Amino acid sequence: MPLVSVQSVSYKYNSESVLENVSFDIEEGDFLGIIGPNGAGKTTLFHCMLGLLNSYSGRITILNQDIKKYKKIFKKIGYIPQKKSIDQKFPLTVEELVSLSLPRNTSKNIVLEILKQVRLFTMKDKIIGQLSGGQQQRVLIAKALVNNPIILILDEPTNELDPKSQNDFYSLLKELNEKNKITIIWSSHDMDAVNKYANKVSCINKRMFFHGDKGEFFSSEDNIKNYSESTMQIHMHSHDL
Amino acid sequence: MFEVDIFSYGFIQRALFSGLIIAITCTVIGLFLVLKRQSLFGDAISHMAFGGIAIGTFLNIYPVWTAMGFSIVTALAIAKMRQSTKLPSDSMVAIMLSLGLGVGVTLVSLSNGFSVDLFSFLFGSILLVSVQDLYPIIIVAIIVVSMIIVYYKKFLYIAFDEEQAKISGIDVEKLNYLFTILVAITIIVSMKLVGILLISSLIVIPNVTALLFNQGFKKTLLISLSLSTFSVFAGVILSYYYNLAPSGIIVLLSASGFILAYVLKTSILK
Repeated sequence: MPLVSVQSVSYKYNSESVLENVSFDIEEGDFLGIIGPNGAGKTTLFHCMLGLLNSYSGRITILNQDIKKYKKIFKKIGYIPQKKSIDQKFPLTVEELVSLSLPRNTSKNIVLEILKQVRLFTMKDKIIGQLSGGQQQRVLIAKALVNNPIILILDEPTNELDPKSQNDFYSLLKELNEKNKITIIWSSHDMDAVNKYANKVSCINKRMFFHGDKGEFFSSEDNIKNYSESTMQIHMHSHDL
Repeated sequence: MFEVDIFSYGFIQRALFSGLIIAITCTVIGLFLVLKRQSLFGDAISHMAFGGIAIGTFLNIYPVWTAMGFSIVTALAIAKMRQSTKLPSDSMVAIMLSLGLGVGVTLVSLSNGFSVDLFSFLFGSILLVSVQDLYPIIIVAIIVVSMIIVYYKKFLYIAFDEEQAKISGIDVEKLNYLFTILVAITIIVSMKLVGILLISSLIVIPNVTALLFNQGFKKTLLISLSLSTFSVFAGVILSYYYNLAPSGIIVLLSASGFILAYVLKTSILK
């Protein structure tokens, strides 16, 4: 039984098709990199999987439960949105921010333990806006970990990070995937990172072009060519507009 | 310079007591408004309250009730419209401001001008607070502060990131409606003290001042509460000795605190 099953999902926004008949399965323990050009529907797909959008056709199940009927499952999913959504002036210390997700009657020690795991313990009293981009992303991961998630969904998490911060970030994800057995689903434009860290790859551009093992994707010149062409098409289309 | 027995006067005791309660309630609710970038929402509700008071005066009903009903219903309706149409918050606030004033001015003109009572709602009369006036203030303060204590983490999460709060299982829509009601009742019971036109200052200025210090949530709230309670306390005392409008002096003290903090922050503490 797959952990996540996306079955024939289509979604339209203002009568324009954003997702067309997308189907794929994610197994427990997968480290899935989702690639696709801007506007390909990656964020929309995540929003469907997270219950933020419900007006899609098709079906999404997690642990064999339809997510439209079993809302409690979302508590077991950690979500890291694109970095632009963090308010840099928000008056929250790192510890306060991570504690936001802490369930009632749960020991605060959990927060401190998680901060140690993401290597931010010494920064616990800093204001979120005083941290670097990479540290802020790790704080968001810590916040997600408080609920002991089975899945982490990350939307282009390393877009604005320098190469060293990117490496640190991906190493942490790898550690969470291998040690904590958390299934990772992340979208990216960084083909090198996907090649280096993912075990599976999905290539999406409204429709699912490829879903399978990383080796299979990167060993086929056709797959790379299809991905590059779809990126070019979107690029040219945006210029036409 | 100050007489010690100023505090033995009943009206001063009531003014200080009610003023401090209102300062705490407005500051607590105001911090969330500021963080949600809805600073002007308080202004909008107070203007709706003006319309509600005018309705009460016109229909000869106790104006606080009509103000409360009118403000809550319209604020919730507009919150619903904002959610369903995704129109910008500031546009909806502008509509509320105009609608409240429009209703108020029309009804005032129908009832041959401003009465003294309406005037006191506009500019506040903290030194005229009666024992009866204290009851709704205390009840509302207890309701608002206990609701904030119970839901503070959820309100904070929604203010930080509504989308993530939704994913984590928080019923954002319901809590937003609850918050709107808390804002409305806070403003309604506060308006007789500091006035419809000045209430927003108590909600916004101490919180924005506290944000200048770049602290965590709890410390920010503590700084903000210190500023607002000091402004109200000093405002009441100064207004007694110098025969000044208390609501005006409270706002001036609060705004001076902001300017002082800004200067400190930009020149000394940078």
